[in-house]
Amino acid sequence: MSFIEVKDLVIEFTKIDETGKEVPGKVAVDGVSLDIEKGSFVAVVGMNGSGKSTLAKSLNGLLLPTAGSVTVDGFDTRDEEHIWDVRSRVGMVFQNPDNQIVSSIVEDDVAFGPENLGVAPDEIRRRVDDALKRVGMYDLKDKGAHMLSGGQKQRIAIAGAVAMRPACIVFDEPTAMLDPKGRSSVMSIIRDLNAEGITCVLITHFMGEAEQADRILVMKGGKLIADRTPKELFSDVAFVESAGLELPPAIELRKKAGLPDDLGTAEEIANYISCN
Amino acid sequence: MIRDITLGQYFPGNSVIHRLDARTKIIATLLYIVELFVVNNFWGFIIAGAVLAIIIAVSKVPVKFIFRGLTPVLMIIAFTFFLNIFMVDGRILWQWKFLHITYEGLIRAFFMAVRLVLLIIGSSMMTLTTKPIALTDGLEKLLKPFSKIGLPSHELALMMTIALRFIPTLMEETDKIIKAQQARGSDFESGNIIQRAKSLIPILIPLFVSSFRIAQELALAMEARCYHGGSGRTRMNEIHFHKGDAIAAVLMVLFLAVIIASRYIPTIF
Repeated sequence: MSFIEVKDLVIEFTKIDETGKEVPGKVAVDGVSLDIEKGSFVAVVGMNGSGKSTLAKSLNGLLLPTAGSVTVDGFDTRDEEHIWDVRSRVGMVFQNPDNQIVSSIVEDDVAFGPENLGVAPDEIRRRVDDALKRVGMYDLKDKGAHMLSGGQKQRIAIAGAVAMRPACIVFDEPTAMLDPKGRSSVMSIIRDLNAEGITCVLITHFMGEAEQADRILVMKGGKLIADRTPKELFSDVAFVESAGLELPPAIELRKKAGLPDDLGTAEEIANYISCN
Repeated sequence: MIRDITLGQYFPGNSVIHRLDARTKIIATLLYIVELFVVNNFWGFIIAGAVLAIIIAVSKVPVKFIFRGLTPVLMIIAFTFFLNIFMVDGRILWQWKFLHITYEGLIRAFFMAVRLVLLIIGSSMMTLTTKPIALTDGLEKLLKPFSKIGLPSHELALMMTIALRFIPTLMEETDKIIKAQQARGSDFESGNIIQRAKSLIPILIPLFVSSFRIAQELALAMEARCYHGGSGRTRMNEIHFHKGDAIAAVLMVLFLAVIIASRYIPTIF
C-alpha cells in the first residue's frame, strides 16, 4: 500500500447564487488517481487554475473529496475522527510566507504545531531546536518574525512543519514569492528533507525546480495528464508545451542548440556537450 | 521605517523585573493602578512614585525610553488638569466671569495629573519588561479559572498573539496600498479635515479586503498545523512561579499596607 493513495478524486466547489442557495461551481479536480510512495519526491506542475493547489490541499484533508477518496497512511481524509492523524502525517507549507506565521517570535511559531499535538514541553523544545537547525535558522530563533526576509520566513514555515515530525510535507508553491536567493535556499532544504526520508510533494511553476523531483505530475483543467520522470517528460518538448508549461533552462538550451531530444536532464546535456 | 517599530514596546533585558512571571507583573500592575486611586494625599503619591522609581532602576530600562511612551498621552493629561482646575468648587483664588480657580481645584488637578502619569508609567513598565508572548500566556493562565463560566481564555490569548503578530504585516500592507493609490494620483495631504478623512477610504477598503484574505490564509495554515482549539494543547515554555515571584508578592502586600496607611498621615496642605 502506498503512503498516499488518491482514487478517482473529484473536488467541486459550490458557490452561493443570488437567492442564497448553494449551486455547483467549478470542478477544480476531475477524476484524479495517483499513488505517492513513502520517501519519494513528487512535483506537481500545471498552469494557473489547473487544480494543482486544490489537489495539494486535499492531501491533508483541508479540502475533502466531492467524490472519490484520499487515503493517507491508511486513514481516509473524510474520517473526522482521524483528521488530526492525517494532518500530523502530512505537513503543509504555503505560498505566502507572511500569512502562515502565527507567533511574533521565531521559535514560538515553530513550536505552534507540536503544541497543538499536545507534545510534552521539553520534547517540543528539542523538536523546535532540531527543526530550526535543519533549516539553518537556529541563530535567529529569538528574532521577531517581521524582521526576517521572505526566504527566511519561508524557512521558518518549513521548520514549523518539520517540528511536527510529519512523514510527508506538501509544499504549495513555496518559492513563488521569493527572490532567487530565497528560492535556492528553500529548494536545497526540500532536497535535504527528502534525502532524510521525508516524502516531499512540491507544487511549482518553475520547471527548474520540478526537474529535481523523482516524478512529475502534470495537471491540466483539473485532470492529471501525465505522470512521468523528469527525463521522460522533458524528452517530449511538444507535450510539455501543449500543457502550457515552460521548459527548464537546460532543456531550452538543448532545443535551441538542436541537440537530441532524448537528453532529458541537465547532466546528460552537459555530458553530451563536453563529449562533442 | 516600518521594520523599526518595537512590538508591544518590549525592552529586552535580563533584570529581576524581566525574569518575574508575567502573571505576577499583571497582578502587580493592576494592584498598582488600584492603589493610585486609594491614595488621597501628598505622602501617598511620594511613596507610590518612589516605589515606581525603584522598579525602574532595578529593571535597567532607560528613563528616556519610558518617557517616550508618555508623550502621546500628554494632551489627555493636560486636558484633565485644566478641567479639574476650573470645575472644582471651593475657596476661590481667582475669578473671571464664569471661570474660577479654587485652592481645592488646584490640588485636585495636580493629584489627578500625577496619578495619570504614574498610572501610565506603571503600566508601561509591565509591557516594557515582558515579552508580548509571555504577556498573552500569563493572561491566558490568569483567566483560566473563568473559562468554567464560559470565558474563552485561550481564544482571547490567541487573538492577542495574532493581533501582535500581524501589526507589522498590516502596516506594510497599508504602506503598499498608500503607495499604490498615490501612484494612481490619490492625494492624502491637501484639503480640510473632511476631505482628508474621505481620502482615507481608498486605503481602508483595500486594507479591509486584504485583512480578510490574510485571515483566511492564516486559518488554513493553522488548520494544516493541527490547530483545534485550546483543549489538549501543551506549551513549549510553561510559565512557573519562582522565588522572585514570592518575594514580589510579599512586597506587593507591604506596599498595599503602606499605601492604605498613607491615607492617615496628616497632610501638610
